[in-house]
Amino acid sequence: MSWLPANLSGRSYALLLAILALAPFILEWANQPFYLDLLSRALILGIAAISLNLILGFGGMISLGHAAYIGIGAYCVGIPSYYDYYNGWLHLALALSVSAIFALITGAISLRTKGVYFIMITMAFSQMVFFTFLSMEEYGADDGLVIYSRSEFPEWLSMDSGVSLYYWVFAMLLLSLMFTHRLVHARFGRVIVGSRFNEQRMQALGFNTYRYRLTCYVISAMMCSVAGMLFGNFAGFISPDIMGWARSGELIFMVIIGGVATFFGPLVGTIVFVLLEEFLSAITVYWHLIFGVMLVALVLFGKGGIHGWLSSWDRKEADHG
Amino acid sequence: MADQLLEITGLNKHFGGIFATENVNLSVERGTIHAVIGPNGAGKTTLIAQLSGQLKPDSGNIEFDGRSIINDSVATRARMGIARSFQITSVVMPMTLLENVMLAVQGGSGHSFGFWSPVHRDRAMETSAMSSLAEVGLEDRARRTAANVSHGEQRQLEVAMALAMKPRMLLLDEPMAGMGKEEGAMMIDILKRLRGDMTILLIEHDMDAVFSLADQLSVMVNGHVIATDTVENIRANKEVQKAYLGDGHA
Repeated sequence: MSWLPANLSGRSYALLLAILALAPFILEWANQPFYLDLLSRALILGIAAISLNLILGFGGMISLGHAAYIGIGAYCVGIPSYYDYYNGWLHLALALSVSAIFALITGAISLRTKGVYFIMITMAFSQMVFFTFLSMEEYGADDGLVIYSRSEFPEWLSMDSGVSLYYWVFAMLLLSLMFTHRLVHARFGRVIVGSRFNEQRMQALGFNTYRYRLTCYVISAMMCSVAGMLFGNFAGFISPDIMGWARSGELIFMVIIGGVATFFGPLVGTIVFVLLEEFLSAITVYWHLIFGVMLVALVLFGKGGIHGWLSSWDRKEADHG
Repeated sequence: MADQLLEITGLNKHFGGIFATENVNLSVERGTIHAVIGPNGAGKTTLIAQLSGQLKPDSGNIEFDGRSIINDSVATRARMGIARSFQITSVVMPMTLLENVMLAVQGGSGHSFGFWSPVHRDRAMETSAMSSLAEVGLEDRARRTAANVSHGEQRQLEVAMALAMKPRMLLLDEPMAGMGKEEGAMMIDILKRLRGDMTILLIEHDMDAVFSLADQLSVMVNGHVIATDTVENIRANKEVQKAYLGDGHA
């Protein structure tokens, strides 16, 4: 057992990233523009799942309220756009700062609790945000808010076309993957991971674990708000539904499906989740039932999610070869 | 009065009606090993918990290097230079011994809000951690996962982590607990080498260890310190013999 994700040869993930990088060309060649939409959506949620995994996986802080930050990020596009402020840098800066402030305040309170209480209190705070937006008639309340035009960036950074938005998402995804990787291996990450396994020991070593956890929580929230900012642009229509607690639960599933406390797991889990959702719901309206059974099976039999399977398969292959 | 690094005065702690610590006065001179012995339930571990900040005493004072630390948190006291080992092994089990000790080096060296540079490439930190591992004889175990080494080695790791913080004082809570004879002897050797350089408050059941290591000895019974003296005098003390050592030692 190790605290680090099992060693993969890296080939599988390099291949995945290469496919994702070329996806717009492949899909255009196959004349399947719909799937670019689906993939954009999956990668946006992937960023959210990666950010959740930072606190849930590496930090052991199980939040059932992370979708609130998708919502905050999305409304930081929607509300300024409503007043005709389309500047993308403004949207991004707003998303990052509002989520940071909200995470700092709610995190400071939530992190005083542990375990189930932490789950409940993070959910409660996210529901507060949910109902706040639900009650704001000015911004559409439960009818939602239409975003008529995408965030404006300089020409070469424009996200106006489907493909350019996809590359925005892809670039942000790479950034969050890289940032998570650096963070976990840096001094800060060691403290976060150490606190997950033995908080008492970390305190005895002189670490104010509360402060490190709170910082980690804020970083994770800010990362998630970027997913929200992208989601607002992608969907063009936002409503409080995007931050309900059910969505927070889905994010947890995505992380578990892919592999908790792994770098690529949440991304893979999200892609699988979104694809399953898409195909199963096309087959039957009772798709949640099938999906539920699959999840139960995964939790019962699949150790370490898809990442776990891949790495044990990798090891077997290495043994034979 | 000699140079006291730790000074405990009138310390009280009770759980319900039971006094775990009752009016304890104790001081540890700089550069010495002060051992606390006593039967199970005498309140030794509770005393350590109050010194490290895990438990808040009901009344009394603890001064470290002339300054009251009674209101400081565990982490603050650790940064001031009070390092401890736990009676029940408490390390980060999934990490390697080296990673564990590197965490301790990190803890003893300023803040850890470093978000970018990988720790495993920090040669200075690694060197420092390796030297602490070498001090307890674990250098050839550095890359093993803590969960996969023997109990005795985990106990040694505890000490290495405490040392790696470059502390001014060590609180060792039964470092030999659950160790075999050979491992115990090794631990005694380790502590002997620290003698004179490090100020240590040692809680230990093993009489051989205590008698060969301690400069000063306090005997605790039912939350009281019934005697504090040199090893020779304690051994000769009739009251102590009656309360703790048993007739066989007389």
